[in-house]
Amino acid sequence: MRAVLTVVGKDKTGIISTISTFLAERNVNILDISQTILQDYFAMIMLVDVSKSTIALAGLSEECSVLGNQIGMSVHVQHEEIFNAMHNV
Amino acid sequence: MFNTNDVLETVNMIEKEHLDIRTITMGVSLLPCIRETAEKTAKNIYDTVCKKAENIVKVAKELSLEYGIPIVNKRVSVTPASLVCAPFADKSALIGKALDDAAKTVGIDFIGGYSALVHKGMADYEKQFILSIPEVLASTERLCSSVNIGSSKSGINMDAVKLMGEIIKKTAANTAKSGGFGCAKLVVFCNAVEDNPFMAGAFHGVGESGTVINVGVSGPGVVQHAIESIPQSDLSDLAEMIKRTAFKITRAGQIIAKEAAKRLNAEFGIVDLSLAPTPARGDSVAAILEEMGLESVGTHGTTACLAMLNDAVKKGGVMASSRVGGLSGAFIPVSEDIGMIEAAERGTLKIDKLEAMTAVCSVGLDMIAVAGDTPASTISAIIADEAAIGMINNKTTAVRIIPAPNKKVGDEVNFGGLLGRAPIMAVHNESAEKFISRGGLIPAPIHSNKN
Repeated sequence: MRAVLTVVGKDKTGIISTISTFLAERNVNILDISQTILQDYFAMIMLVDVSKSTIALAGLSEECSVLGNQIGMSVHVQHEEIFNAMHNV
Repeated sequence: MFNTNDVLETVNMIEKEHLDIRTITMGVSLLPCIRETAEKTAKNIYDTVCKKAENIVKVAKELSLEYGIPIVNKRVSVTPASLVCAPFADKSALIGKALDDAAKTVGIDFIGGYSALVHKGMADYEKQFILSIPEVLASTERLCSSVNIGSSKSGINMDAVKLMGEIIKKTAANTAKSGGFGCAKLVVFCNAVEDNPFMAGAFHGVGESGTVINVGVSGPGVVQHAIESIPQSDLSDLAEMIKRTAFKITRAGQIIAKEAAKRLNAEFGIVDLSLAPTPARGDSVAAILEEMGLESVGTHGTTACLAMLNDAVKKGGVMASSRVGGLSGAFIPVSEDIGMIEAAERGTLKIDKLEAMTAVCSVGLDMIAVAGDTPASTISAIIADEAAIGMINNKTTAVRIIPAPNKKVGDEVNFGGLLGRAPIMAVHNESAEKFISRGGLIPAPIHSNKN
């Protein structure tokens, strides 16, 4: 099962490192990454494979919110189907 | 890989524009629960609802986390209770209590279906059932009630309309301490739909299967934002933008509905894409109309704006889902929409304009508070007007009106939470008593005769 992880907020050092460590600790594999920076505004999107994750997607989602609070950014992980459904006819 | 803008758009819709799944509603048939006594039937109903809906709250939480979209309400709708209570209508209240208890046990916020369908005629057991509504709504917490008094096919049952005016007054009196809150849980319909997931009017129609999941999606904030992004466009482009936005919102609803149905061992029923406002700022249908170019909702042009909005929403929704149902359109409940509340307070939005608006949108005169001394016959006449609009235009219309005890025009009644606060609106003082007391049936319109 694949999910999309988004990180949005003010740019600072070490965001990708923090997120990828967080994912590796839970055995979540990163399939693709894209990021954009507009002025100080940072937006990163990761496509991740959660099929071997040590924690269920719902739990991972809760942990992402906690992580987001810790690093002062908005971090979300969502089932990829929601994006497929909303943006493809 | 996904398009970055698409992903961020979805995240923004949820985080900043109040996109949410407004309700997951499980429809449960109560017909297999009927036993020889009211007591046994009530017990059976309690057990059935508790069993079928036992996981609804848990599943909704899981889905909300996995898909990253808030699911605000978890609800159950049941077969119109008047049918189940028919053999022992004098004990209908027992069934009402069983439903309310079941709602509390499974942790849902509302259970709908303390309902009767009397659009053509009213049997004795149905009248007895309807007479129990004021007491039942006062003694229960989460139970919602509705009565269908007319349809395009059968006409308007004016005896039932007369009775419902009195029932609404009595319900307000029985719940006077909470500002007549009981009336917020009571809807009078014309052309009621059988798969509506929204409260207070949800019930599980007899044409439905045993257990069904219907989902109501909302998103006035998302539509408002979409309109804001093209300030100079003409109305054709605006309609197109609303349609596209409605498409996306509905798709989100459909995916949640299908998955919820699977996990709850129920059939996927319908997705109801309704722009259902909440009292929160940025979640208002009135604000959409104002964004379209009106200084205030209620002024001239409001009906045209709303007609376009409602139609564009339906078109986007129909394209997005294989099963669109329920009410699907724009809701205009006064107390639940900050823009409506403010317009009513300013005096820009009056009951007559609201009535005109209901001719072009779903659903009807919704969450309107009027003075506590409004005569029952006036309330019945308001119901009759709404029902006439529904009957002639082949659409659902409804009245959820609160004659707030001891309140007068200029006062306000506050229900809190999603139900919001309602300024007391003025109604016409001239009597409709004689018209209402005539009773009988307003015959179905000529265009109903299509067979």
